[in-house]
Amino acid sequence: MSKVVYHDSAHKHVAGTATYIDDMPEPAGTLHAYLGLSDVPNGKITQLDVSDASATPGVIGVLTAADIPHVNDISPTGKGDDPVFADNVQFRGQSIFAVVATSRDIARRAAQKAKVQYDEQPFVLDVGAATELVTEPLTLKRGDAQTALTTARNHLSGQMRIGGQDHFYLEGHIAFAIPGEDETVTVHSSTQHPSEVQHMVAHVLGVASNAVTVQVRRMGGGFGGKETQSNLFAAVAALAAKRFNRPVKIRPDRDDDMIATGKRHDFLVDYDVGFDDDGRIEAVDATYAARCGNSADLSGPVTDRALFHADNCYHYPNVALRSRPLKTNTVSNTAFRGFGGPQGMLACERWIEEIAYKLGRDPLDIRKANFYGPGRDVTPYHQQVTDNIIERIVDELEESADYQERRRQVLEFNKGDGIERKGIALTPVKFGISFTATWYNQAGALVHIYRDGSIHLNHGGTEMGQGLNIKVAQILADEFGLGPEHIRITSTATDKVPNTSATAASSGSDLNGMAASNAALKLKTRLIDFACETYDVAREEVSFEAAHVHFGDRSMPFAAFVDAAYMARVQLSATGFYKTPDIHWDREAGKGRPFFYFAYGASVSEVTIDTLTGEYTVDRVDILHDVGKSLNPAIDLGQVEGGFVQGMGWLTTEELVWHADGRLLTHAPSTYKIPLASDVPRIFNVRLAEWSENEERTIRRSKAVGEPPLMLAMSVVEALSMAVASAADYAECPRLETPVTPERVLLAVERLRTRG
Amino acid sequence: MSKVSMVVGGSESTADVVSMTVNGKAVAKAVEGRTLLVDFLREDLNLTGTHVGCDTSQCGACVVHVNGKSVKSCTMLAAQADGAEVRTIEGMADGADLHPIQKAFNTHHGLQCGFCTPGMIMTAADMIARHGGNLDEATVRAELEGNICRCTGYHNIVKSILAANAEMHGASAAAE
Ligand code: FES
Ligand code: FES
Repeated sequence: MSKVVYHDSAHKHVAGTATYIDDMPEPAGTLHAYLGLSDVPNGKITQLDVSDASATPGVIGVLTAADIPHVNDISPTGKGDDPVFADNVQFRGQSIFAVVATSRDIARRAAQKAKVQYDEQPFVLDVGAATELVTEPLTLKRGDAQTALTTARNHLSGQMRIGGQDHFYLEGHIAFAIPGEDETVTVHSSTQHPSEVQHMVAHVLGVASNAVTVQVRRMGGGFGGKETQSNLFAAVAALAAKRFNRPVKIRPDRDDDMIATGKRHDFLVDYDVGFDDDGRIEAVDATYAARCGNSADLSGPVTDRALFHADNCYHYPNVALRSRPLKTNTVSNTAFRGFGGPQGMLACERWIEEIAYKLGRDPLDIRKANFYGPGRDVTPYHQQVTDNIIERIVDELEESADYQERRRQVLEFNKGDGIERKGIALTPVKFGISFTATWYNQAGALVHIYRDGSIHLNHGGTEMGQGLNIKVAQILADEFGLGPEHIRITSTATDKVPNTSATAASSGSDLNGMAASNAALKLKTRLIDFACETYDVAREEVSFEAAHVHFGDRSMPFAAFVDAAYMARVQLSATGFYKTPDIHWDREAGKGRPFFYFAYGASVSEVTIDTLTGEYTVDRVDILHDVGKSLNPAIDLGQVEGGFVQGMGWLTTEELVWHADGRLLTHAPSTYKIPLASDVPRIFNVRLAEWSENEERTIRRSKAVGEPPLMLAMSVVEALSMAVASAADYAECPRLETPVTPERVLLAVERLRTRG
Repeated sequence: MSKVSMVVGGSESTADVVSMTVNGKAVAKAVEGRTLLVDFLREDLNLTGTHVGCDTSQCGACVVHVNGKSVKSCTMLAAQADGAEVRTIEGMADGADLHPIQKAFNTHHGLQCGFCTPGMIMTAADMIARHGGNLDEATVRAELEGNICRCTGYHNIVKSILAANAEMHGASAAAE
């Protein structure tokens, strides 16, 4: 299985022939829609005058809330708090109308001509000031944290601010709707969740789901930003397409995409920790407050996942964790690779670091003292950790990255009074795999074998660059003893595989690979039955290898065998289904087994800072990451490298800034800095833990890889922190907030120096 | 350039006939004066391999060659390319044979979602040509500052470019 197989679309990508939605030929008469966005953070619209926009030559019509045939809502949780067109505006940049015109340029210019008046209300932007919740909070509890905090020998408390992140998928949001006969409409949507888009469009139009077909061939990146945020664009395109009975495309420009769609949640975490003289944690009490924006969206499950990862790899004998999903007058935050988990873990690594500074130890020692282990293996949500391999991962990485010797050298380097200072850190990751919404852990596939032996594969997952399609195709090809070139991978489509889950939570290949393998099993059973009956052989004598079917002492090319089966009227089409076994979650009680298994990893980062400017370089990064038995090592390595760099961007240069009036100031790559080729570590050693095998019966014993590597970037933060701390001889934990921009490094150095 | 009148956005206005050579073929079309080169390529010539990632000259997804130099086609008017030789990603391969840079991106997994890939390849081609074989990793990284990739972390992109450089200049220094 672990052979090098290239991304199925690689050839098309390098040749420039891979089709994204904006590249599809436009049927004659295609119209273009553009959104009109609000420019106050809170206020009811008292007047919306679109007459100038409507009168613009080329404009076909302007759609407002009044034009929605059924429900003006696309909230994924059904809370009714996400209008397609708002009349009670809740953030600056909220969609309030759409102009439909013969060209995108005309629609966009005309949208600027609307005159809007509001009854403005007070607004809240910051988590610290917010009080209203957008959804029900969660509490996780084990033992008695309050008592243990008072009895522990040592105690610390603090607060950490963790910044958000824009997805910056290189292909922005886009939808293209083509009206069909009767009530039907087909929507090409850049979405990770075609079934949800289908249901939302049906809901808005007031038609049954069977009238709406959603198709996704590929996305130019998603990262969670296209899990729910595609609903808006798809709904507007479909609405306009049905209204004017012409194809309609909508693509916001990059700035509007950044202004109008949700991001990673920023958090404010308050913590109290009790520990013994060896740094062993006795109790943790923490509150995770998140800026959720104007609506619930996925903030409930995101903040839940933050709590699920507030332990990272560590055992807390007594623990109390609370989430506070807070409403703010900012764009509604949403899924982003890691889904709250990264924020949960980052705060946890902060208190580990603080314990180390309090005790004057290497944070790595504190980590090791607190790892889950025999007799200390129950999480704050009462799931037992049964597949723990973090010690082995960390030990191997410590060795291969020469951590101890390099740390010694860093300490030595920092001894002088040089302007440059260095830091080094090793941080671990344990990430829970499964949707915590248990019903999402299901998937379907549809497989047809044609008479010439070629195979058509369709599954519920979506391709956004992560290599899901090639992994599923490989799995299917292997089942039949064929090369992946025999498999035709087709667009994800709601009329082929229904009721699919979002391609999210890293679950894509776990779920869809299993579903495809289930379909293959059904087909093979029929083919084996046929072989037994026709050629008088026993079941065990039939095998599929090297593009042949072998039975008894005979063999036939796969295609010829399939054709013979067809002539004997064997059904050559099958659906497959999979649901993750053994998981359950009782949110009220805060107990259960929400995760099927855990993925592990660790990284060592070394950095150099300039104490006069705050500027820094990440000099070397070593990673050892667990993907179980890899389905495709090249693709998995790519996910680890890309995930790390994206995580590093989140924690270092990517800073979202809002003006006091509620405007997002960082709405283009000119002001919002995502990592460039020159920012990434000069030495970057990435390895997969080749010995690892999933203990659970996942597809080929592999593990999910999409999200976990993002959190490997935490070591960069701690390394920067160490470099800063050297300014005051490591007497104090610098308590860096993220993103750790050069400005923050400089201010922290100054603060420590003046205090020392 | 010659003026013609055309219907733009429902009202009549004048437009220029722009002519250029794109991927070896002469083209001439009447377009509105403010038409961007990227829109001309994508919409008028249907060369959709050139992508739009940011609309504002920062991401590099739209890089093409104009008279042999890489430019961001979202930042240039079609009229400015009048009379020029333009090459897009579609013009890189020689029939069914991929260009060595295209091959390198394929074999070294220099892509994930692929949206940045055409721009990366066009930037790389210019870079390799300019440095005439003397291309090192630091230079590649510095010169890629105008091209954003959100998926790969750049590691394999840099590897692909160095490998292509070695291949094209017969350099022995194989890329890691
Ligand atoms: S679209 Fe031209 S640089 Fe981004
Ligand atoms: S491969 Fe997705 S942006 Fe580069």
